[in-house]
Amino acid sequence: MKFLSKFYVGLIYFFLYIPIAVLIFFSFNQSKSRTLFTGFTMKWYEKLFTNDIIINSVINTLIVALIAGVIATVLGTMAAIGISAFNRKMKELVMNVSYLPIINPDIITGVSLMLLFLFLRVELGYTTLILAHIAFNVPIVIFNVLPKIGQMDKNVYNAALDLGCNRRQAFFKVMLPEIMPGVMAGFLLSVTYSFDDFVVSYFTSGPTSQVLSVVIYSMTRLKVSPEINALSTIMFAVVLIILLSVNVFEIRKEKRLMQRRRGGGSWL
Amino acid sequence: MLKSKYPAFPYLLFMVIFIVVPLGMVAYFAFTNLNGEFSTANIVEVADYASVIIRSLWMAFVATVISLLLGYPFAYFMARRTTHVRRTMLMLITLPMWMNFLLRTYAWMTILENNGLINRLLKLLGFGTLQLINTQGAVVLGMVYDYLPFMIIPLYTVLIKMDVSVIQAAQDLGGNPFHVFTRVILPLSVPGITTGVTMVFVPAVSTFIISRMLGGGSELMIGDLIEMQFLGNTYNPNLGGAIAFVLMVIILFCMSVMNQFDSDKEEAEEGGVVL
Amino acid sequence: MAVKKIFAVLLALLTLVLSSFTAASAEEETYTIHVEDESYYQKFQGQNIEINVYNWGEYIANDALGFVDVNQEFEKLTGIKVNYTMFSSNEELYAKMCSGGTSYDVIIPSDYMIGRMIGEGMLQKLDFSNIPNYKYIDEEYKNKNYDPENEYSVPYFWGVVGIIYNKTMIDASEITGWDIFWDEKYADNMLMFANSRDAFAISLLDLGYSFNTTDEGELREAAAHLSEQKPLVQAYVMDEIYDKMEGGEAAFAPYYNGDAISMMSECDDLDFYIPENTSIFVDAFCIPEEAKNKEAAEMYINFMCEPEVGAANSIYVGYSTPMTAAWNLLDEDIHNNKAAYPDPELLEKLDSFATLPRETNGLVDQLWTEIIASDVGSGGWLLILLLGLLIGISIAVNRVHKSKKSKQ
Repeated sequence: MKFLSKFYVGLIYFFLYIPIAVLIFFSFNQSKSRTLFTGFTMKWYEKLFTNDIIINSVINTLIVALIAGVIATVLGTMAAIGISAFNRKMKELVMNVSYLPIINPDIITGVSLMLLFLFLRVELGYTTLILAHIAFNVPIVIFNVLPKIGQMDKNVYNAALDLGCNRRQAFFKVMLPEIMPGVMAGFLLSVTYSFDDFVVSYFTSGPTSQVLSVVIYSMTRLKVSPEINALSTIMFAVVLIILLSVNVFEIRKEKRLMQRRRGGGSWL
Repeated sequence: MLKSKYPAFPYLLFMVIFIVVPLGMVAYFAFTNLNGEFSTANIVEVADYASVIIRSLWMAFVATVISLLLGYPFAYFMARRTTHVRRTMLMLITLPMWMNFLLRTYAWMTILENNGLINRLLKLLGFGTLQLINTQGAVVLGMVYDYLPFMIIPLYTVLIKMDVSVIQAAQDLGGNPFHVFTRVILPLSVPGITTGVTMVFVPAVSTFIISRMLGGGSELMIGDLIEMQFLGNTYNPNLGGAIAFVLMVIILFCMSVMNQFDSDKEEAEEGGVVL
Repeated sequence: MAVKKIFAVLLALLTLVLSSFTAASAEEETYTIHVEDESYYQKFQGQNIEINVYNWGEYIANDALGFVDVNQEFEKLTGIKVNYTMFSSNEELYAKMCSGGTSYDVIIPSDYMIGRMIGEGMLQKLDFSNIPNYKYIDEEYKNKNYDPENEYSVPYFWGVVGIIYNKTMIDASEITGWDIFWDEKYADNMLMFANSRDAFAISLLDLGYSFNTTDEGELREAAAHLSEQKPLVQAYVMDEIYDKMEGGEAAFAPYYNGDAISMMSECDDLDFYIPENTSIFVDAFCIPEEAKNKEAAEMYINFMCEPEVGAANSIYVGYSTPMTAAWNLLDEDIHNNKAAYPDPELLEKLDSFATLPRETNGLVDQLWTEIIASDVGSGGWLLILLLGLLIGISIAVNRVHKSKKSKQ
């Protein structure tokens, strides 16, 4: 049974990674063919680094993801705080509406926002793109922060007020650290979503604000160049490094906690 | 501050402008014709494309079922390992999710094409070639591939939170493994199943990239139809709005069916959203 | 530790990438562009002007490794930044312009689309004093039927539609006309245009009608004919065709002669056939009504009419140039290539797409969507059935759930 489970798990991983491996493998291909390997070369990576359109799009994507992420996090955290004070009916109404961008297929979100900008006669560019990203990011933040507010011990906040803090101090010193995991999670998820988004960006961006996904899409519709493979390999490497670092960080954190528990224990 | 509702007001304004109004615009375009007059002609026209809608629903359904069947055992095996192994396994599952979705779908073209890797291998071994790409099967495969991690992660989250003592109690009371699974574990994992199903079905039914890249542009899905009306080869925003409207209604229906299974609405407020 | 090993490998990979990149950049050949009057291009230097150019895919020279990147050359020369995006069909261009939201400065539609846009007031008249290089365009490409006074457009490339085929997969003798596209022997082995105008043209020609017909009966017949063809088509493509034909995925496909030449230079198995009743087309530069930087746009058009730029584009893209000065800069082999520059006798007999009236366009759009969406018409009642089923399931599940809860 153990062997079966390991075999099955291995099979699924194989299925998940085979296409990525193929992409990486053919990024070193001498010829343009995606299926016949003729020789080893790094020239596609060179070409990638001199490809202005792609480099600009990566920069665009980072800018949009970060700005939208920050604004969405601030807006969403404030919203979550306010919503937790609503009465039951209001809360349900707002939550249901906020749930819409998450549950709606992204093509509907994208088309609806495009229609809005069309109606307002706003030109599609950076602004519309960032607004669109904020639109689908804020609900993510809210849904990550709200539970944390719910779990928070309200008495600590009141205790702080009693002890002489004004509201602002109480918020920053007591409330914020408590809900910080939710805020951070919301922020990171927003940035991830923005970075990977294609459909909404496709409908709401203009020629001056092409994001990476949109550029990749137009690349795949043309004469295919192994530059795409090179790009995939680099993206894979970056993501791998990030995830590995996070993993290592988490392992270290846990080791420290274990040591504390074993060693001290008096503060519990 | 806890009692104060004011911090939410900027968001409420934003929400109305950027969530409610746009959806209203979709409805507006759906129910008007080119001259701006009220007309239900577009909605009626959508019925002409019923076969496309049904095909999309069917393919998304198949993809969801396959993802569930593949993903559940995986999540189960993953949940039973030790913490260290689980963490590594989780990382390896989320890694493909972080790769750009277009690139991953594109990679399958290389593998499935007539002169792609699989067919080359078959030729080498002496067998004939298979028509793999530009078929419905290829599109479903693409869907399963792209959304499988979204099925596995919610299932895994629910399975590790499961109270082990309940399972042990069932075993102590004499249940055989099959009973323990169907009567205890499966029902307890329903919240994870509903989340996973939602996260696979909704994107699958509305995709247009997968059907374009792997389906050859002839197996149209709802997403393709909508895209064509706005940015594609036939410009008809009213029809596009109508199709989008119908899609929204269908999804809302499916969600309400799903909600029947989700007895605790508190669930949504507790663990945050595992997106 | 395994983690440390992975890090080490990645670091090594990174250094490898960076080192090879710097080494090879030394041996870049350069193809430089010389323009007649450099001072004209200095007008907007340092003003940070940007123009949005919307062009067909693979329709400009841009191979940075070894050849010339026309957009970059333009930017270097004038200091004007080019935001270059691409479309794959005239209908897509039209849709993008109609959905508003973006103001392009330069677009390159085909003849019939230019006619349509002029009729709908979407284009601006050009100021030819800003486009002195217009003198290089051959007379026969001026004042064509889509722009009789030649006020709105400057020709870029011309071409013909033909059949590109793979000699190893189909014998040349078998291809005698458009009827090959309905030959069941090649089911799943043929590609087809993914845009309505070109696809309908082929269907109409095969039925013996004119591709400029506005007769509803004929158009519906052509649509039915295309539906018949659908099971035989492997895929509907535009720019995806390069990969597919070069990779030997399909035996034949209809496409434009310029792209055929590109494909043939990459793959020796390919050849091109021009049916007698095919169409000839011209793609031309236009400036949309809402363009923000008209003069900069005109400068761009002027740059593209420099003989050396025209030649560079023609070499890279494979299409036929309307400028004799550019043609003179091309190789002998291209001059004699019958696919690139067919015999004048053949060309004389060819017709081009006329601008069709609005109702016809609407009809064709609708028919095209139906063809692509396949098995249409039967489904209305099926949908109602499905919705009914969904409602039924929802109610049933609700009831079961409620009864379970009451038991508890």
